[in-house]
Amino acid sequence: MENLLSLFVKSIFVDNMIFAYFLGMCSYLAVSKNVKTAFGLGIAVIFVLLITVPVNYLLENYVLKANVLVEGVDLSFLSFILFIAIIAAIVQLVEMIVERFSPSLYASLGIFLPLIAVNCAIMGACLFMQQREFVNVGEASVYALGSGIGWLIAIVCLAAIREKMAYSDVPKPLRGLGITFITVGLMALAFMCFSGLKI
Amino acid sequence: MSLFSKENREAFLSPLWKNNPVTMQVLGICSALAVTVKLEPALVMGISVTIIVAMANLVISLLRNTIPNRIRIIVQLVVVAALVTIVSECLKAFAYDVSVQLSVYVGLIITNCILMGRLEAFAMANGPWSSFLDGLGNGFGYASILVVVAFVRELFSAGTLLGFKVIPDCVYDFGYMNNGLMLMPPMALVLLGCIIWYQRAKNPELND
Repeated sequence: MENLLSLFVKSIFVDNMIFAYFLGMCSYLAVSKNVKTAFGLGIAVIFVLLITVPVNYLLENYVLKANVLVEGVDLSFLSFILFIAIIAAIVQLVEMIVERFSPSLYASLGIFLPLIAVNCAIMGACLFMQQREFVNVGEASVYALGSGIGWLIAIVCLAAIREKMAYSDVPKPLRGLGITFITVGLMALAFMCFSGLKI
Repeated sequence: MSLFSKENREAFLSPLWKNNPVTMQVLGICSALAVTVKLEPALVMGISVTIIVAMANLVISLLRNTIPNRIRIIVQLVVVAALVTIVSECLKAFAYDVSVQLSVYVGLIITNCILMGRLEAFAMANGPWSSFLDGLGNGFGYASILVVVAFVRELFSAGTLLGFKVIPDCVYDFGYMNNGLMLMPPMALVLLGCIIWYQRAKNPELND
C-alpha cells in the first residue's frame, strides 16, 4: 500500500510527464490558451491513460514477453506496433462511448479526443511501463493515474499563466511561442524542488 | 516536372530555416528537448528521425491513391511504427550505448508530430520524389535544432563535445566552472525559447 502511494505521488510530482520528460508537449503548448479547454483535455488524457496503460501491461506480460505465449518465442519486437494500435483503437472506442452517453462532454472536448491518439504522453507512459517492469497491473494503473494527474496539473497551471500573460508587455519577437517556452522552463525549474521527495 | 524544379527545391529548403518544424510549426518538441543533454544522442536521434520521415513520406505518397480516406490515420501509424521498429532494432544492433541513452524516445518517434504532420499535410497530396525531399528537409530542420541545443548544453555542462574535451584545463585553473544547470531539463526549454526569439527577431514577418 505504501509502495503504491509513493509511486502515485512520485509520478505526479517527481517524474512529471511534462516537466521531467517533455511528453505530450505538442498538445500541451497548442491547447493551453485557456483554462477550461486545458482542463477538458487533461481529463481526457487521464481517462485514456487509465485504460491504455493497464491493457498494454497485460498485453506485454501475457503475450509479448519471451516464453509467455509459446515456449521459445519472443515477440517483444512487435511492442511498438501493438501499443500504438491499442492506443488508437481505445481512443476511437472512448470517443464513441463519450459521444453516445455524454454528448455535452463530447462537444466540449471536440477535436482533442482523436488527437490524444498521437499524444506522446500516452505512448510514453506505455513505454515507461514496459521499461520499469512493474510487478502487477495495480502498479501500472496507479502509475497511469499519477502521470495523468501530473499532466493535468501542468497544463492547467500553464493555461492560467498564459491567460494572465495576455495583458503583459512582452518584447515582440518573444511573443507567443518564445515566452511560452521560457515560462514552461521556469515552471519546470520550480517543479525540480520535488526531486528529492521521499515517502 | 524535373527532379530539381523550383517546387522541389522549395520543399527541401524551406523547412531548414523559414518553416522549421520545431521552431515555426511547433511539431516534435517532446523528443527535441529530451535527448539534447549530449551531442551524440542528439545527432543519432536527428539522423533516425530524418530517415524515418523521408521513408514514411515516400511510402505514404506511393500508397496515397489506394488508402481509403476513413482509415488513413491507422495506415499512417502502422507504416510509421514499422519503420520505427526497424530503426530501433538497427540501433540496438549497431549502436547499443546510444540506444540505451535514448531509451523510450526512440519508440516515441512514432508519436512524433512531425511525422503525422508531414504525412497528412504533404505526402497525401504530392508525388513520391517531392515528398521524399520534403521529408529530408523536415528531418534536417529538426536535426539542426537538436544539434544546436545539444551543442550549447554539452559545451557548458561538461566542457566537452561528442565526449572530447574542448575547454582546456588551464581555464578551469582560473576558476571557470561547469554549469550544472545545463544538465537539467528546464534549460532545454529556455534555450529553445531563445532560439525562437532569435529567429523571429531576424525575420520580423514571422512574429505572431
